[in-house]
Amino acid sequence: MNERLLSVDDLVVEYPGKGFRAEPFRALKGVSIAIDQGRTLGLVGESGSGKTTLGRALLGLAPVSGGTVTFDGRDISHASRRQRRELSRDLQVVFQDPYTSLNPAMEVGDILAEPLTIQGTSATAANQRIRELLDRVGLPQDSVHRRPREFSGGQRQRVAIARALALKPKLIVCDEPVSALDLTTQARVLDLFLEIQRDTGVAYLFISHDLDVVRHISHDVAVMYRGDIVEQGRAELVTRTPEHPYTQRLLLASPVPDPDRQAERRRNRRRLLDAEAADLSASAA
Amino acid sequence: MTQPVDIDPRAGAMVRSSLVKRIFTNPLGIIAVAILAIMILAATFAALLAPFDQNFADIGNTLAAPGGEHLLGTDSAGRDVWSRLLYGAQLTLLSALLCAAVAIGIGLPAGLIAGYYGGPFDTGASWFTNLLMSLPGIIVLLSARAALGPSVWISMIMFGILISPGYYRLTRTAVQSVRNELYVDAARVAGLGDGRIITRHILSVVRAPLIIQTAMVLGVAIAVQSGLEFLGLGNPAEATWGVMLSDGFRNVYLSPQLFVWPVLAIGLTIGALVLLGNAVRDALEDGQKIAKAKRRATDATGAVAAVDARVPAASDVRTRAVSAALPAVEAGTEHHLLRVSNLGVGYPQADGSVRSVVRNVSFHVDRGEVVGIVGESGSGKSQTAFSILGLLPDTARITGGTIQFDGAYTVAPGDERVSQTRLRALRGRRIAYIPQEPMSNLDPAYRVGSQLVRPMMLVLGISRAEATRRALDLLEKVGIADPKRTFDAYPHEISGGMAQRVLIAGAISCEPDLIIADEPTTALDVTVQAEVLDLLRDMQKELGVGVILVTHNFGVVADLADRVVVMQHGSVVEAGQVRDILRDPRDVYTRTLLDSMLEGKEPMTTLGSSAPAAPVVPTLADAARVGLITDVAATASTETNEAIEEVAR
Repeated sequence: MNERLLSVDDLVVEYPGKGFRAEPFRALKGVSIAIDQGRTLGLVGESGSGKTTLGRALLGLAPVSGGTVTFDGRDISHASRRQRRELSRDLQVVFQDPYTSLNPAMEVGDILAEPLTIQGTSATAANQRIRELLDRVGLPQDSVHRRPREFSGGQRQRVAIARALALKPKLIVCDEPVSALDLTTQARVLDLFLEIQRDTGVAYLFISHDLDVVRHISHDVAVMYRGDIVEQGRAELVTRTPEHPYTQRLLLASPVPDPDRQAERRRNRRRLLDAEAADLSASAA
Repeated sequence: MTQPVDIDPRAGAMVRSSLVKRIFTNPLGIIAVAILAIMILAATFAALLAPFDQNFADIGNTLAAPGGEHLLGTDSAGRDVWSRLLYGAQLTLLSALLCAAVAIGIGLPAGLIAGYYGGPFDTGASWFTNLLMSLPGIIVLLSARAALGPSVWISMIMFGILISPGYYRLTRTAVQSVRNELYVDAARVAGLGDGRIITRHILSVVRAPLIIQTAMVLGVAIAVQSGLEFLGLGNPAEATWGVMLSDGFRNVYLSPQLFVWPVLAIGLTIGALVLLGNAVRDALEDGQKIAKAKRRATDATGAVAAVDARVPAASDVRTRAVSAALPAVEAGTEHHLLRVSNLGVGYPQADGSVRSVVRNVSFHVDRGEVVGIVGESGSGKSQTAFSILGLLPDTARITGGTIQFDGAYTVAPGDERVSQTRLRALRGRRIAYIPQEPMSNLDPAYRVGSQLVRPMMLVLGISRAEATRRALDLLEKVGIADPKRTFDAYPHEISGGMAQRVLIAGAISCEPDLIIADEPTTALDVTVQAEVLDLLRDMQKELGVGVILVTHNFGVVADLADRVVVMQHGSVVEAGQVRDILRDPRDVYTRTLLDSMLEGKEPMTTLGSSAPAAPVVPTLADAARVGLITDVAATASTETNEAIEEVAR
C-alpha cells in the first residue's frame, strides 16, 4: 500500500521578469515533497508562498526550470502534451474557484464526458461512468443536462470533483477546493473528499491556506513560506506542536471559536512575536 | 440514490433550443425572421417565380405602369421590374453573404490564434489590422473596381477584407478573456490538444457576439453595395437592387414608382437584419434573467418560500408615505447608540411582488460595544449593514421597521427608503465603514495620503496641513512602520494588510461613534488577519466606539465581539452574549454552523453529514425544517445573494 506515488526533488520554478533583462522571479526555490499511494499531503502557506505554483508545476501548467517530478516511476517534469494526455488518467485536479473552473457554456454531462472521450471511452461506457460519478459525489442524475450556473458553489465543486474522478486517478491535486465555500458547505465537501479516499484509495495533494482544513484532511503536512518548505512531517505533529517559528505563528494566528481560549491563543501569539523580536534585536546587537 | 433515474431526453434539447425559442417569442424577432425568410425564399426560387429573364427587354414597352403582363411595370429598357427584383435578391443576398464569409474567414481564425497564443503572431496581426482600419474604404473599393472590373463579387470580397478587423478584434478580446480561465487549465490537464481546446472551450464564447456582428455586417454590406451601384459603379449586365435603384433614380420624374421597389427591398432587408441582431442579443441577455426568474419560482415551491416571502407590496408600500416631521424614538431606547427594530428590506420585482432579503431583524449596539453579525452568504447580514449605512442600492425598499442612531431615527416608522439627508450628516462623521476588499476600496488613481486627508478636511473642516499631520499620526497609530512612505504611496504599491490598516485609519480619522466592519479580514492571510484583529481591538478599546462586525468566521467573533447576532435567510435566528452563543447555542442552525468548524475535531473523520447531499427540491422543505443545511439549501442562499448582487448592479 505504502508505495511511493509522487516525489518532487529540488523543484525550481521561475517566471521571466517583467521588462528587458529583468531578473526572473523564482516562485519555487528548490522544493522537495513526496506522497505515497492513498495518502494525503496537506500543503499550507499564505498567498504568494508558492503553494499553488507547486500544484501547477505538477500538472504541467507552470514552467519547471530545475529539479525533477517523478510520478509513478516516470519523470514528468517536462512531459509533452501527448504524455500529459496519458498522465491525465492518473493525475487530476480540482481548482479553487468552482465558478470559473467549469465551462459555463457546456452542460454538466459534456463536462464530465470530456476527460473520458479524450481517452477513447465509448459513448455508452462514458454515460454509464457519468451516472456512477454523479451518484458518487451526491448530485442528482438530471444534472447531466444542466449548466454550471444552475448550481450553487458547493454543487459546482462536486461537479469539479466528479470530473477529476472520472478516470479513476491515483493522485488529485486539490488547489484550495473549499476556500470559496460557506462553512457548512465546506464541511460537506471535505466529508466527500474523505469518503472518496476511503473508497478509492486515491492520494491527494491538498493545498490550502487554512491550517484547520489541512489538519483535518491530511496524513502529512508541508508548510510553505516564500517559495520554500519550512517544515514537513506528520499532520498531527506539524499542526499541533510545530517547530518552525513560521508554522507556530500560523497556528497561533488562526482564531478559535471560543472567547477565552482565543484570548489565551492571542497572548501566546504576542509572546511568540515578542520573543522573536527580542531574538532579532539580540542577533543584531 | 443508486437506482438509475430516467433521463428525460427532451431536457437537453430544451436547453439548447431555448435561445431560438426566445427569439421567436420576441415579436420583433418573429418579424425579422419572417421578412428574411421571405427574401431568402424569393431569391432561392427566383427562376420559378419570375415571369421574364432578368435581362429580357421589351423595347416597345419601356417605363410601363404596374399591372397587366408586368406586375410591377418595366424599367427604362423595358425589362420586367418584378423579375429583376427577384433575381436582384439572389445576387444581392449572396454577395452580402460572401462579404460576411470573407470577413469571418479572415477575422475569426486570426483572432483565435492571436488571442490564444499571443506573441509575435498577435503583434503582427494587430499591426496589419490597424493598417486595414486606417485605409479609406470607399477609395479602396473604387480603385478595386477600376483595376478589376465592375463585378459585385469582387467589390464584396474587397469589402469583406476591409471589415475583417471587426471580427478579428471581437474574437481576440473574447478569447483573451477566457484564455486563463480555470476550465481551460482543466482541459489542458485532461490532455486536450490546443485545437480541441479552442473549438470546444473557446469558440463557444465567441459564438453569440459573432452572430450579432454578422447580422449587422450583412446589413452594412448590402448598404455599401447598393451605394456603389447607385453611384453607377455596378455591373449593368447583372440585376441587383443597387443597379435597379440607380435606374429608378435616373427616371424619377418619368416613373417615380421604379425607385420605390428596390428601396423597399433594401430597407426591409437591412431593417430585418438589424432587428434580428437585436433579438439575438436580447435573447442572450434575457436568458440569464429568465433562468433566474424560473429558479425563483422553483424556490417558492420549496421551503425557501420563506426566503422569497412575497410581501403584498406595491400598493402597501405606496401608502407608506414619508412623513415630514420625524417622530421621536420609543421612550427608554434613546441611550442605545444604534437600535434596529423589526427591520425588513426587500427588492420590488417586475411582477409587483417584493423579494424580501431581510425580515424582522432587531438588535442594538451600545457605546463601546462590539456586536458580531454572523451568517453565511445570503443570510442578509451585509444588507442589514448597508441599511444602517444608507448604502442600499436604489432599487431596495425598507419594507418595515426602524433604525435609530443615538436617539434619532435614520429610518423612521413608515419610511420606505433610507433618508440620505439624515445619513449624510452621520456617515463618515459618526458612522464609519471598514470594507471587505481593502484594495478595491482605495482609488488607484490617488495617493494613499490624499485619500485620508481630503475626507478629514471636508468632515472636520481643518486645514490641509493639519489634516496631513493627523493622517501621519493615524498611520503610525495603525501600526504602519514608515507612515511617510505609505502616505506618499499609490494603493498598488502597498500590500493588502497595509491597505486594510489604511482603511482602518480612514475609518477612525473622523472620530466616529460607530464603526461598521463588513468582513474586514476575509480577504487577508491568517497572520495578517491576526494583526488586523489586534489593531481593531486596540482601536476599539482606545476610542470606546461601538462596532458592528459582520463576518462568517466564528473565530473572528470570539476574538472581538461582546455579543453575537446569528442570521439565516434574512432573519435573526439567535442573539446573545458571545460566550452563551458559542458555548451553548440554542438554535439548531447556530449549532450546525459551529459543528462545521474544524477546530478541535478529530482529523480524518467525516463531520456527521455522511449521507449524500439531499439532491432534489422536494426534500428541501424537510431539510430546511430540521435545520439540516444541505448544499441545496445553500443553493437557495447563493441565489438570494446573486439576486441581491444583480439588483445591486
